[in-house]
Amino acid sequence: MTTSENSSILLDIKDLSVQFNTDSGVVHAVNHLNLTLHKGKALGFVGETGAGKTTTALSILQLIQTPPGQITSGEIIFENQDIRKMTEAEKRHIRGNRISMIFQDPMTSLNPIMTIEDQIVEMISLHSDLKGPDAQKRALEMLALVGIRPERSKDFPHQFSGGMRQRVGIAIALACKPSLLIADEPTTALDVTIQAQVMELIKKLQSVVNTSFLLITHDLGIVAEICDDVAIMYAGRIVEYSDIRQLYDHPMHPYTQGLFDAVPRLDSPLGGKLSVIQGLPPDPIDLPKGCAFSPRCPNAKEICFEKECGMREHEPGHFVNCYFPLGSKEGGNP
Amino acid sequence: MNEQKSKSDVLLDIRHLKKYFNVSKGQLHAVDDVSLTISRGKTLGLVGESGCGKSTLGRVVIGLIEATSGEVLFDGQDMLKFSNEQRSQFRRRAQIVFQDPFSSLNPRMSVAQQIAEPLLINKTCSGKKEIDAKIKELMDTVGLAERLTTSFPHELDGGRRQRIGVARALALNPEFIVLDEPVSALDVCIQAQILNMLQELKTKKSYTYLFISHNLSVVRYVSDEVAVMYLGQVVEKASNIALFQEPLHPYTQALLSAVPIASLGAKKDRILLEGDVPSPINPAKGCRFAGRCAYRQELCTSADPALSELSPGHFVSCHFAGCLKRHG
Repeated sequence: MTTSENSSILLDIKDLSVQFNTDSGVVHAVNHLNLTLHKGKALGFVGETGAGKTTTALSILQLIQTPPGQITSGEIIFENQDIRKMTEAEKRHIRGNRISMIFQDPMTSLNPIMTIEDQIVEMISLHSDLKGPDAQKRALEMLALVGIRPERSKDFPHQFSGGMRQRVGIAIALACKPSLLIADEPTTALDVTIQAQVMELIKKLQSVVNTSFLLITHDLGIVAEICDDVAIMYAGRIVEYSDIRQLYDHPMHPYTQGLFDAVPRLDSPLGGKLSVIQGLPPDPIDLPKGCAFSPRCPNAKEICFEKECGMREHEPGHFVNCYFPLGSKEGGNP
Repeated sequence: MNEQKSKSDVLLDIRHLKKYFNVSKGQLHAVDDVSLTISRGKTLGLVGESGCGKSTLGRVVIGLIEATSGEVLFDGQDMLKFSNEQRSQFRRRAQIVFQDPFSSLNPRMSVAQQIAEPLLINKTCSGKKEIDAKIKELMDTVGLAERLTTSFPHELDGGRRQRIGVARALALNPEFIVLDEPVSALDVCIQAQILNMLQELKTKKSYTYLFISHNLSVVRYVSDEVAVMYLGQVVEKASNIALFQEPLHPYTQALLSAVPIASLGAKKDRILLEGDVPSPINPAKGCRFAGRCAYRQELCTSADPALSELSPGHFVSCHFAGCLKRHG
């Protein structure tokens, strides 16, 4: 989105649209999405169920199942190459090697009948020149990096707890030193004290391996701890994008504000009611005309129901998809 | 624990409750000597991580699982010793709402049929007219539009399904409701709607809640008193304010510090616990938390700490609770 420092851009998604053709109609999962991720940065990708976060991530990896899914438009430029225009062999080379992914549920994403060491070795020997004992040595290094003792390397996934399994998932994902790591709700299935351990590990690894992160989550608290930039997603599009400080200090999209207000927090005053965004997210088969958030928006005016605003830069680096952003001269104070 | 409270004030009085499951490796101590009271019209929040026994406790006090030993006094009478007749009476007065609104509803019954089920089973309404009126009233109470009467669960989103679950629980005008992770499966905006609704219902009808959750922020929002469970035992119990402002048990302190807060200026002095929760099968002697505790001393692994009252109403089960230096 920023035009300067093109060399620092790792991933640039332009006008991405993804749809799924189902019996009940066409599901518009991602609509004209633009997103930029800089090298070495962590981007938080926040939204509710069905907002299109995971679909976007799978599009980057070209893992959308076709049919029923279909990328209908857009470019996904990764390290100056459009992934969509690559051959199948080139795509395979990128997956797991240059871009890898950690999934929400560490139990179902690991192979239950392979030792964890073999699973890491498999990754390394598929994607690098390291073979045999060299690959094994590297696998043990990866396990040490995520805090798993070498004597456990011959154990199977079911012998580990959820937090340990997620560490294994991270070790596999980072084994080939990818330049982009996509983490899809990596701590949602974990207990809060284990979540803290895994987040601490991710923060530590960020500085060690210099990988860029795309962190998909619904938890603004986790984003606050790990990320540099944030994109808020609603109904298949980005509604707000900025660095974390601007967005947390001064959210400008009414939906972002609503997300902050809806969550009870340990440091919020006791008593009182939670403020609620009325209604439900729109049906992706039947998206409303104009701004997708307009039917639920407390500040919506006539134009909002007619035509979507599109992303506008209201402050340097702070993009909002709204005609009347909160706190601006158009939108007035929240 | 609450001698100062008059008997009529306390609706639920759990005394030395134990629930052990026999498993191949030995005995699983799901609930191990838990004593708790809930006052009429109040909400007790029960927090803990997965496997700490909070859901088992909820199911035992509602009579869905048999206890191994102990007493559950409901309005002064031991629920565990009820005859069949007394038990069916009790089940009208005590209800439960489950976590997953997808699996706790019958997929082949319409909204109206789901809500009517408890009314029909308990024969509290006579005639179709009365039942229909009651269904309408209940749907109104939980905020379900009348046009949804003939809808089926798969046609509804998680929030609406959870509203059906709540309507079913309210159908028999209960006094006491166990809410077992009622908002954990819901998105944050829907979660806020359901939490607000539960709070409004409590104020209006003075229900007594046992609110079970792993989410500390949610528990803080709804509870009057909070109990923290670890490996089958209550390690700390206090008023909402005392527990969140001055947690005394090292586990509670670590648990609170682990919660990510959605603001940039929030405290970052996190207490990282090492390792995982140990197995509840044949637990070792001494404090269950000792293996992960930063303040552990010899006494902790040799003697069980008792739940003792450190300040009025603030109970902690730790040998060194008063003398720990708090982080930050």
